[in-house]
Amino acid sequence: MAVTDVARKKRRIALGCEGSANKLGIGVILHEGDPANPKSTVLSNVRHTFVSPPGTGFLPKDTAHHHRAFFVRVARQALADAGVGLDEIDCVCYTRGPGMGAPLTSVAVAARTLALLWGKPLVGVNHCVGHIEMGRAITGADHPVVLYVSGGNTQVIAYAEQRYRIFGETLDIAVGNCLDRFARALAISNDPAPGYNIEQLAKQGGRVLLDLPYAVKGMDCSFSGILTRAEELAAQMKAGGGKGPDGEPFTGADLCFSLQETVFAMLVEITERAMAHVGSNQVLIVGGVGCNERLQEMMGLMAADRGGSVYATDERFCIDNGIMIAHAGLLAYETGFSTPVEDSTCTQRFRTDEVLVKWRK
Amino acid sequence: MAATDGQQFPPPKVLTYPASAPPLLVTQGAEGRLYKTTHLAPNRPCALKYRPPKPYRHPILDARLTKARISSEAKVLERCWREGVPVPAVYAMDPAAGWMMMEWIEGIPARVGINKLLGDRREEEEEEDAEAPLPETCETLLADLMRRIGAAIGALHKTGVVHGDLTTSNMMLRPRRRGYGNGSGADGDGDDAEVLKGDVVLIDFGLATQSMSDEDRAVDLYVLERAFASTHPRAERLFATVLEAYKETFKKASSVLVKLEDVRMRGRKRSMLG
Ligand SMILES: Nc1ncnc2c1ncn2[C@@H]1O[C@H](COP(=O)(O)OP(=O)(O)O)[C@@H](O)[C@H]1O
Ligand SMILES: [Mg+2]
Repeated sequence: MAVTDVARKKRRIALGCEGSANKLGIGVILHEGDPANPKSTVLSNVRHTFVSPPGTGFLPKDTAHHHRAFFVRVARQALADAGVGLDEIDCVCYTRGPGMGAPLTSVAVAARTLALLWGKPLVGVNHCVGHIEMGRAITGADHPVVLYVSGGNTQVIAYAEQRYRIFGETLDIAVGNCLDRFARALAISNDPAPGYNIEQLAKQGGRVLLDLPYAVKGMDCSFSGILTRAEELAAQMKAGGGKGPDGEPFTGADLCFSLQETVFAMLVEITERAMAHVGSNQVLIVGGVGCNERLQEMMGLMAADRGGSVYATDERFCIDNGIMIAHAGLLAYETGFSTPVEDSTCTQRFRTDEVLVKWRK
Repeated sequence: MAATDGQQFPPPKVLTYPASAPPLLVTQGAEGRLYKTTHLAPNRPCALKYRPPKPYRHPILDARLTKARISSEAKVLERCWREGVPVPAVYAMDPAAGWMMMEWIEGIPARVGINKLLGDRREEEEEEDAEAPLPETCETLLADLMRRIGAAIGALHKTGVVHGDLTTSNMMLRPRRRGYGNGSGADGDGDDAEVLKGDVVLIDFGLATQSMSDEDRAVDLYVLERAFASTHPRAERLFATVLEAYKETFKKASSVLVKLEDVRMRGRKRSMLG
């Protein structure tokens, strides 16, 4: 690999901007030492979330408006927290995709503005690669099978020959989307996140396991059938007619519990299959659903059974954030990659395996 | 994963009865363990597939899945075997206890055979020209294997079964009796080449279902295509040959291949949201 000028510097700093869904995040990262394996320090990581009322989802237009309204505030905070001067920043990174068009665009415009204003190069980043690299940096997992689970995506990924290759994925909706939409059916609060509130409610369940369809195909899975059935059961419950396998009426907590047990078992199963396939016993969970402690626990039991372990991060890094965009962007920038302003578009479709991962062997 | 010594995991009860030779734990696969043991006679080797309880899964869900999968796997295998699809024959089973005994298939998984061939080539290539195309013998061998894989899947789909987990790990290459003993070993590639000429036997029907739908069949092919791209990136373009042979073997293939295009499109669309 040709050594770039920036890679020769002892300290490299990047600012990252993320807004592919309802989270606006801006963070500043510091890399020191060998760019192939830098020591990474989070200098700041600020986030502001657009929360829609219970029973509703976030719409692209409102979300984009939120990001525009809060960008300057969040950026100022991130710079202040980091305590670095503008002259120390090497590049401005932003999420190129995948995600929702309008929110992505509003953040890209803002990032472009900063880059022009400060005279810094711009780096477009794949959101999923951001999650993976941040997860690896925080947990120290060096060659894991990655389960990427969020509101928009569900993928089982492993690295091979300079790409993050997708071994398995959802055949319809993402697991996070399934949980979010189920939360709407029960009018569970979206604050701080629907998935979090389902997890809390599920802790009160467990008396019965309601029968939900279980849909795994190889390393792929599907969630729309489960969602439909869960919504039907929720409607039955509201109408006062729902009975569990023990003949007693079931509650919202029983539904949350059963939904989690079923969909997480599916995720663990496809992850295990990928691990067997590539011969790895490390698993890294990234993406918003990854902060669910029940999912982490189940994954841990599976990994232990295979003589390995699970790596996960907490909500600071699991939930969409700017720091992961800064980190992955800086890794690419250190190899000489940047995005000319005239090419600094966004794209709703951007597969994880499209990115050439030049910074790894 | 590498098979470790059998004592580490408790075997199913059926393997604790006295036998002339102790059962051998062959693999701890994705969700089951595979033991090599014997059935009825000490000279009749068999594979025992055992699905142990999964500690991460809710016990009710676990029992439901284990039982359903063992019985469906056996049912599907029996159907394929009757109809002449290359699969192991079923000898015995106990779905509630989570095990099934079947014919032992000699040979190695196709994944290992293919990677051995490609891997060996990679080493040679470093000395010579890295951009050199696959040597012709190698190319022909692989293409021929792809054809046999396509034919096996065609035969499978013809019987109304979809596999559900088509990967090159779930296809064995069974050595052909005749082809052996080409002697001298003067040809360095001889062994790897010979292995690739084995008969393709489909295994691991744990996720198989009976279905005649184009959609299900197309998803089956799509799963294999993607497994191929991720496991054998160097041989990815050879996948077209699999589809060609599939089409030759299976009359209704054309509508499946149209559907496959849809499934691929959906795959691309799914990358829309982050
Ligand atoms: N009938 C058989 N004869 C010989 N080896 C087999 C047989 N079935 C499976 N194997 C071996 O055991 C491994 C795992 O079995 P498989 O049925 O694929 O289970 P899993 O669900 O764990 O993938 C296979 O990759 C293969 O090497
Ligand atoms: Mg298998």
